[in-house]
Amino acid sequence: MKQRMLRGWKAIATAWLTTMVIWLCLSTSAQAQNLTIEINRGSDQATPIAVVPFEFEGQGGLPQDVAQIVSDDLEHSGQFSPLGRNALISLPSSSEDVFYDDWKRVNARYLVVGRIEPQGDGYRIAYELMDVFGGKRMLGETVTSQPGNLRASAHYISDQIFEAITGIRGAFSTRVAYVSASGAGDSARYALYVADADGHNSQQVLSSDDPILSPVWSPDGQKIAYVSFESGNSAIYVQNASTGERVRLTSFNGINGAPAWSPDGRRLAMSLSKDGQPEIYVMDLGSRQLTRLTNSRAIETEPDWSPDGSSIVFTSDRSGAPQLYRMGAGGGNAERLTFTGSYNSDGRFSPDGNQIYMVTRDDSGYHIAKQELDTGRVTVLTDSRWDESPSVAPNGTMVIFATQQGSQGVLGAVSSDGRASFRLPSPQGDVREPAWSPFLN
Amino acid sequence: MQFKTHAKTLAIALSLAVVAGCSSSGGTQEGNMDGTAGGASGQGMTTGQNTSGSGMNADQQRPSVNTIYFAFDSEEIRPEFESVLRGHAQYLMANTGTNVTLQGHADERGTREYNLGLGERRAQAVEQYLTVQGVSPSQISIVSYGEERPAVQGHSEQAYAQNRRVVFSY
Repeated sequence: MKQRMLRGWKAIATAWLTTMVIWLCLSTSAQAQNLTIEINRGSDQATPIAVVPFEFEGQGGLPQDVAQIVSDDLEHSGQFSPLGRNALISLPSSSEDVFYDDWKRVNARYLVVGRIEPQGDGYRIAYELMDVFGGKRMLGETVTSQPGNLRASAHYISDQIFEAITGIRGAFSTRVAYVSASGAGDSARYALYVADADGHNSQQVLSSDDPILSPVWSPDGQKIAYVSFESGNSAIYVQNASTGERVRLTSFNGINGAPAWSPDGRRLAMSLSKDGQPEIYVMDLGSRQLTRLTNSRAIETEPDWSPDGSSIVFTSDRSGAPQLYRMGAGGGNAERLTFTGSYNSDGRFSPDGNQIYMVTRDDSGYHIAKQELDTGRVTVLTDSRWDESPSVAPNGTMVIFATQQGSQGVLGAVSSDGRASFRLPSPQGDVREPAWSPFLN
Repeated sequence: MQFKTHAKTLAIALSLAVVAGCSSSGGTQEGNMDGTAGGASGQGMTTGQNTSGSGMNADQQRPSVNTIYFAFDSEEIRPEFESVLRGHAQYLMANTGTNVTLQGHADERGTREYNLGLGERRAQAVEQYLTVQGVSPSQISIVSYGEERPAVQGHSEQAYAQNRRVVFSY
């Protein structure tokens, strides 16, 4: 009897342990592998700004340090250099308590103060932005934060401050999709993640034993198109970013690659080799009808639409090496755009349509470069060796890309002037193929 | 008829040569990638003996080497791998019910989508070689993995050389 009871307990304990192990495995695989930003180059032209810790008028502490998130956002933009907290001369929480001369003395051009109080289950945040040398309040607003949403509120505040000072819409409330890879050979695992633009709140939206690449957001920020090999060959899928619901859009013989949404979201450009070699096609997403845009013996891939939808830039090696070309969105003659260097590929338009970001090769490796479309002038923005997959922030101020740090694949970001850059390493495995979302609010 | 017998003899001789090359160069897998050593690579060694005893004649045995390698940014068949390709051609022609998938791969340098194209070009070059030998195109399919499934991790020339490859997958 005793024996049997013991056995029963053993069975329960084993079952419980098994459940725990499964739960742990599931939660670690599906959950946050947050990326952490490491600044590796600050801009010498960054504007000094003081962000004072927001005063909390409630019991206990806050789950998030809102002022620190705002300060980090502004620093990561490359356009601001926030003062360290030990350099803050006083800790005002309202413009009424600010003595501008104090902040002039520590050379802060701008000052942000705020206070937070509980409101229902959430919070009420009042923040203000001051122009220190102009001696005036530039902005003041009260924000209601839903429970668990303090980070989002902080990014919203960063957006408002950034826009008030620079005149450029902030992109701190956007998201980034990326691919992670771990293991090698038969044990290789791939996953598609979506995280906040600062690397937090990372969520796995797809995992597979087979390679995943080329994620790209629909212009409305609702869907992600990508290439997956899960069917045994490359195929293009479109997945709803929040519900996970998805459709396989193309699975032709040969390559199904390089999806790119038209600015109106109604068409998808892609590279298909079903007729022999990779050519640029456009699919009407309503009718699923395909139109072939290129016709050559070369590899034609990596299409990207101009923001006005009138033209498509793509990579072709018709000259013998990959270079960027531009054609009308309906096809026709393609004009070669790049002449500097023997390898230019993966062109991406800036949001204003005036520049193309791309991967360029020189003697020291593969870098992210920018070419002005009117003058043809090329600026190499990065000096690391293995940079690829550029994706431009919707406000055009930063470019996120994939690079290597030691033997690990990490994401990097560089400001559009090349002055500031940072890395977003993953705590485990390689991360790559970043795609910056459009504005989501 | 006479010709066919000669061809078979040649195929046996070739596959023997390949196996010999394989065992003599065992353990120097990287050394083969520069094209100076024999055409056989380590890849084939593990699968080499699997087909024996499956009821086929010895002269119809599947070649033991399943992977051939390419130079940087090139889809040209290197002369030292022609014997491997001829062996596969003979095998496929003798077994018309057998299909093969040619998996094309690139090294990690360059952009991923462009490398899908490079991997496909290599597989197509092998396909063309096989069909010129007389293999029916309907027995051959192609998948390009680009740089997504490296055989070897790392950023060395040796790693790249082992990753620029076409694999026969039966």
